[in-house]
Amino acid sequence: MLSPKLVSRRSHMGTNVAIPVVLLAAFSVAPMVYANQAVIFQMMAFMVLAQGVNLLYGFTGYLPFGYVGFFGIGAYGMAIGIELFHLPGLVALVVGALFSVIVALILSPLLRLSGAYFAISSLAASEVLYNVVANPALVHLTNGPYGESLVQSYHPETSYIAMVVLLIVTTIIVIVIKNTAFGRALMAIREDPVSAEMAGIAVVRTRTIIWIVSAVIAGLTGAIFGWHLSVFYPSTVFDLSISILAIVFTLFGGGGTAIGPILGSVVLYGLYNAIGISDPQYFELIYGLLIVLLVLFLPGGVVSLLQRRGNYVP
Amino acid sequence: MSREPLLLVDKIVKTFGGFKALDGVSLQVAPGEILGLVGPNGSGKTTLINVISGLYHPDGGLVQYQGRTITNWPMHRRARHGINRTFQIPKPFKTLTVAENVELAHHFARPGAMTPREVLEFTGLADAADRLAQSLNSSQQKLLDLARALTTGPELVLVDELAAGLGPHELHQMADSLRHLADRAMALIVVEHHLGFVNQLTDRVIVMNAGKEIFEGSLALAAQDPIVSAVYLGNDAVDVSSVQ
Repeated sequence: MLSPKLVSRRSHMGTNVAIPVVLLAAFSVAPMVYANQAVIFQMMAFMVLAQGVNLLYGFTGYLPFGYVGFFGIGAYGMAIGIELFHLPGLVALVVGALFSVIVALILSPLLRLSGAYFAISSLAASEVLYNVVANPALVHLTNGPYGESLVQSYHPETSYIAMVVLLIVTTIIVIVIKNTAFGRALMAIREDPVSAEMAGIAVVRTRTIIWIVSAVIAGLTGAIFGWHLSVFYPSTVFDLSISILAIVFTLFGGGGTAIGPILGSVVLYGLYNAIGISDPQYFELIYGLLIVLLVLFLPGGVVSLLQRRGNYVP
Repeated sequence: MSREPLLLVDKIVKTFGGFKALDGVSLQVAPGEILGLVGPNGSGKTTLINVISGLYHPDGGLVQYQGRTITNWPMHRRARHGINRTFQIPKPFKTLTVAENVELAHHFARPGAMTPREVLEFTGLADAADRLAQSLNSSQQKLLDLARALTTGPELVLVDELAAGLGPHELHQMADSLRHLADRAMALIVVEHHLGFVNQLTDRVIVMNAGKEIFEGSLALAAQDPIVSAVYLGNDAVDVSSVQ
């Protein structure tokens, strides 16, 4: 009998299909029932980013503190596509994705590191990217510290739909990865790279692929985010708190699952919007308390409560 | 050796900084053969296993497997071609169960490999199938390493100090099991300090010291060899029958 984590997911097909369907329905209807579209849009953006972090941390064990670097470079790739090459918004998204792939390839040697070394070096890399983009000497390319204005390409409806599509696609990617040999290979790498190699897994290739996939997810999120905002600065899209929040949302919900990062984003981003702005002091208190309790009692995230009881968590 | 070698290791050199861990070691192993690799701590046995399995790349020399030069192949490629191993310090997927460990490895197995159920029965871990690997004791984790290696369908298994921590009855059973694998044409290189265990397995051993091979032959003859006695067993020759 196969064990619960590795059992054929065909028996859970309904649950797996339900997640993107529910997300699609929820975010199609949400703008009609909730007036503040910016909140809904940002929640989606964080869901996508949390899924990207999930692929790296939840599945593969790499904690990417500098994940925002891909997000920021995606936003600037998009802006360069529009400003320099006069591409339409949707096509410029591809430029944002390409920029994130290039940066991911350049930074791929970081994958030789692990644990805190990887986390810190990825953070340093994102700071380097920020300083390059914000450099006044590159004003002709990135407009340096003065930010980008894409008002001529401003399409809030289209960019909203693009974010919905990205969220659905990313969620499907996570579900597929979780339920295929590739996901099991990532799980093995997370547990022990040497033993994974002896199980026949090409560790370097596998982790490079997931690194690039994760970078593209962040790059596209940044590109759509920048497009939706239409005016942004380097400090907006290279803000470290974006990485931190995506990581916390993933950890809160539960890494290595498709539902965990979504749950984490809904609860914690929802909490932020409920009291974070009106009562920031209480928000900080509750937020900090939640994280401490999580680390102490639920290191596998909220979904681990279900997993402990032997339930299947998509 | 009359049979065509499955594995040929020729003049392997491996250095770490200024320290020469392997200094021109050569050996051959035929299909279905068990080779004992013995020697004092630091003699280079595990380093040699690491070179054969691809964990280390040598600074000189050649590794051939099934007639192909694999000296610079990565570990996973060797595993896919039938070389697998256990570890002196076991390396299970700790947060997975015993069954999951084996199933994960079996997922990338070669055709005809033993099934997860078969290897768990074979290694005596079937009753622990649902336990987390990190909850096993060290001996059980070593057996789990072996189970995981076997379920990939290897033709050559490098067994690194499997006997440590096993009792006399378990040692006897393990020796029987390993001989059974050899009967199925699986070659084994067994790194071991427990000479009685080695003696139950094979009459061909290589004795290493300071990165060099100092003796090849039966354990009984090794025990009589003055150089082996001096560097490994002490100055007095050892009666192998006394270390069963």
